[in-house]
Amino acid sequence: MSTFPWLTVAGALPLAGAAVICFVPGAAAPGGEADRARRDQFVKWTALVATLAALGVTGAMAAAFDPGGPRFQFTQTYSWIPQFGIHYAVGVDGIALVLIVMTAILMPVVVLASWWDAEGRGNPAGEQPPKRSVKTYFALLLVLETMMIGVFAATDVFLFYVFFEAMLVPMYFMIGSYGVGQRQYAAVKFLLYSLLGGLLMLVAVIALYVYSAAGGRAGTFLFLPLTHLALSATAQRWLFAGFFVAFAIKAPLWPFHTWLPDAAASAQPGAAVLLVGVLDKVGTFGMIRYCLELFPAAAHWFGPLAITLSVIGVVYGAVVAIGQRDLKRLIAYTSVSHFGLITLGIFAMTSQGQVGATFYMVNHGFATGALFLIVGFMIARRRSQQIADYGGVQKVAPVLAGLFLVASLAGLALPGLSTFASEFLVLIGTFTRYEAAAALATTGIILAAIYMLWMYQRTMTGPVRPEVAGMRDLRPRELWAVGPLIALIIVLGVYPRPVIDLIGPAVRQTLVTVHATDPVPPHPAVAGQNRSTP
Amino acid sequence: MTGTLAVLAPAIPAPRIEYAQLSPLLLVFGAAVAGVLVEAFAPRPLRRALHLPVAFGGLAGAFALTVAVAVASPVFSGGRPGDIAAVGAVAVDLPTLFIQGTIELLALISVLVIAESSHEVSAFAAQAAAVPGSSAERESLAAGISHTEVYPLTLFAVGGMLLFPASNDLVTMFVALEVLSLPLYLLSGLARRRRLLSQEAAMKYFLLGAFSSAFFLFGIAMLYGFSGSVRLSAIAAAASGNTSGGVLLYSGIALLGVGLLFKIGAVPFQAWKPDVYQGAPTPVTALMASCTLASAFGAVLRVFYVAFGQLTWDWRPAMWAVAIVTMLGGSIIAVTQTDVKRLLAYSSIAQAGYLLTGVVAASPAGLAGTMFYLAAYGATIVGAFAVVTLVQGHGGEAAHLSSWAGLGKRSPLVAGVFAFFLIALAGIPLTSGFMGKFAVFQAAISGGATPLVIVGAISSAILAFPYVRVIVLMFFSEPPQDGPVVVRPSGFTTTAVSVGALVTLVLGVVPEPLLRLAHDAAARLFVG
Repeated sequence: MSTFPWLTVAGALPLAGAAVICFVPGAAAPGGEADRARRDQFVKWTALVATLAALGVTGAMAAAFDPGGPRFQFTQTYSWIPQFGIHYAVGVDGIALVLIVMTAILMPVVVLASWWDAEGRGNPAGEQPPKRSVKTYFALLLVLETMMIGVFAATDVFLFYVFFEAMLVPMYFMIGSYGVGQRQYAAVKFLLYSLLGGLLMLVAVIALYVYSAAGGRAGTFLFLPLTHLALSATAQRWLFAGFFVAFAIKAPLWPFHTWLPDAAASAQPGAAVLLVGVLDKVGTFGMIRYCLELFPAAAHWFGPLAITLSVIGVVYGAVVAIGQRDLKRLIAYTSVSHFGLITLGIFAMTSQGQVGATFYMVNHGFATGALFLIVGFMIARRRSQQIADYGGVQKVAPVLAGLFLVASLAGLALPGLSTFASEFLVLIGTFTRYEAAAALATTGIILAAIYMLWMYQRTMTGPVRPEVAGMRDLRPRELWAVGPLIALIIVLGVYPRPVIDLIGPAVRQTLVTVHATDPVPPHPAVAGQNRSTP
Repeated sequence: MTGTLAVLAPAIPAPRIEYAQLSPLLLVFGAAVAGVLVEAFAPRPLRRALHLPVAFGGLAGAFALTVAVAVASPVFSGGRPGDIAAVGAVAVDLPTLFIQGTIELLALISVLVIAESSHEVSAFAAQAAAVPGSSAERESLAAGISHTEVYPLTLFAVGGMLLFPASNDLVTMFVALEVLSLPLYLLSGLARRRRLLSQEAAMKYFLLGAFSSAFFLFGIAMLYGFSGSVRLSAIAAAASGNTSGGVLLYSGIALLGVGLLFKIGAVPFQAWKPDVYQGAPTPVTALMASCTLASAFGAVLRVFYVAFGQLTWDWRPAMWAVAIVTMLGGSIIAVTQTDVKRLLAYSSIAQAGYLLTGVVAASPAGLAGTMFYLAAYGATIVGAFAVVTLVQGHGGEAAHLSSWAGLGKRSPLVAGVFAFFLIALAGIPLTSGFMGKFAVFQAAISGGATPLVIVGAISSAILAFPYVRVIVLMFFSEPPQDGPVVVRPSGFTTTAVSVGALVTLVLGVVPEPLLRLAHDAAARLFVG
């Protein structure tokens, strides 16, 4: 392991791109329409190059990561605010690494897919294109990437919190300024929900520090020392609750989910991908990293509650998704359902469940990302988010329809696609401990088939609607954006080993910290013996 | 013969005055007096040109002297925690010097905003004595007269603010309170636009302020009755030796507390704040929101840490209650505001509540956190009010929120800076507002006030809504047809806004130096 600051560089590259973009003259600068178009082109290419560079660095990190090595790798620790024991400390375990790589893969994809979003070309019909600054949009995207990498890379609880909260600001402007429909309402709802959760978590974060400083010790925010803190059961439960509510709002877990459909429906498709694909993962990542490891006893105590909420979320999200008329809202509700499965896997406290849950975080990012992007391409053409306005698209745009089908099938976890492996692992892992919960959650898969296939049927099949007749198939740029995601869904479905190998040791470490062991399934012979000799 | 004289007239020892240690105070008061002389003797056209160097020089010099006192004093080299100067009237210790330095810098930025003269319409009335709408007022306007008295008045107020937290006995503190308050009453009534509102603000501020001063005085009387002294340390000594009930002591604490809490605008003594913040000329509002708050908190900290430091268990429950209603009251009422100055006023009430959680901690960490918060918040709020002065409609500032719609489109830079200030006030990380909140909340939790901090978190979430609403208006709404415009500021306001924004950013990203300074200063609390 070299001393090269990999994580810092990966996080700084997008920020550098944003800085470059800031120096490009804005719309008010002199020059005609052609000059402005050329500047906008430059901004977009800068964003693409910066995100690709970050992807290169994270890719190199993934190659250099040693799954059998120390828990955290590529670590750096500098004192930031010594008065409060705050550090700039970064490092990744397998879980954080795969999420960072997922983020880095999604970013260039989103930049490509959002090429014309700032100009409002994908807005529904009748809505005035907002004519916002192109450079601000891409600068916000890049700043957001820095914060997303930072939030997964932080190994100091305070640093994590800083990124966790600061991340809200760029996303808030991306929804509120560049979104569609009820964008103001959605942006404010998103921000206030997240802020309330975040502030309650702040209380818990500070309290954690105060406990670490008890008895005259120097307090610290570093993650690893905090896992050795001997907290009383009551203190653990309160602190767990503070963290958990913030993460549950972020994730979003039922009943804290109501902001997500609004925000996702109002965001541009690219922003929606990052919102659901990455920002929400911070919630589930936070649960597995912080809720479980910092407060193991409380995690067991709250486990049944979290499992119950997850199962409700799985079924509720799926049922509500079936009833949606708006494409983006529908996908948002499917995500509520899928996040239920992820938290189910986390709180089942089995290695299969947590490996599955982490793998699902990655797969969900790709699958839902692809869905949002393709739906975005459709909306940009037809200028409507309503399912009823489509029909027979597969006859006029077969490539679009085909990729949409693959993404939908990934959404319903068809065997052979990556989501299947992860969903299966989650359900198995849950079944060994909570049989009823696993059984109920399985109905989510059946419901998923209904909402996904029905959505496909209503939009893609049937007679070609006159408004759809002239719809163009995917352009090369759009293919470049969504192609890699579809490829990853298929490749990871067939050969998930590389990712599982990265996740496995980190999950085992988590379970050791939480003092959880996999339940041993009764051996059939032993079980039979017991029955024969009463 | 000589013997009788000696008996009749004992030699009066000349009081020893530590001029060096008092030099910052003396310089500010000296500059104020010089300003009065300018006002009296200089011809009208020359006055502003003379006032500016006097005011800036006085404040900057005072800051330099404060730093010099802090560096040169034996306090740093160990030994005593501070000195008592001017025969026991003024305390010179590190927390006080920190607060004084903060006030001087914030006042310097505020005076920059006050000195702005390039606007078409000045913020200050031409002839405050003229009846609004009368011919006398029109004449004075036509003659282009402007009130240059604001500079000496400001300097007197700042001088009072410097003395207020440094007072070592209650009578000095009362004098300082009056010295800082009287000029502010006057300044509040000087707004050029909406004269009646401004006069109403001045009247309300004066009446309520006088009322609270009476409470303060009554409290002093009670405490004198209890301890036989007005010295803070003597009161502390009497209180710690107190075994009998002590009606005088507790009523004294309560009455003194009312007077102090009025000054910081804590609920239920907040009634003046929105009216005065709205009615006063915006530059004066900036001065009050930053410097007066810092000064008043300095006094609260001194009184409750030094005089009542032994009685923490007695005053803490009341302070808890005040902090809770202040945080919740300020943030909830802020939600309904439609005037940007009133909005900032209610938000400043809530911020006073967060600061009170640092007071409740009653520890060096609480003191350090409160001092850091005061510096951070002061810079942000001065910058925010400076931006408010720039958004002008017909004939002056456009404070109504509806006229801020779409500002982000017409003036992205100004709107962006204001949004940044709002984000800082909302306490989002990477801004000074977050670090300040973190510092006081951390101290409060260490001091066992976790429920208070939970209320603070909820209140912060509520308070975020009005801030966010302004951002929504500025960036996500379409501008009205002939809405107000952002006037091009001169160097004065530009500097004030830039400094405010820079401090807000720097204290959010690298708070370490100032935090260390605050912690070092607070390590041994106040001198008793």
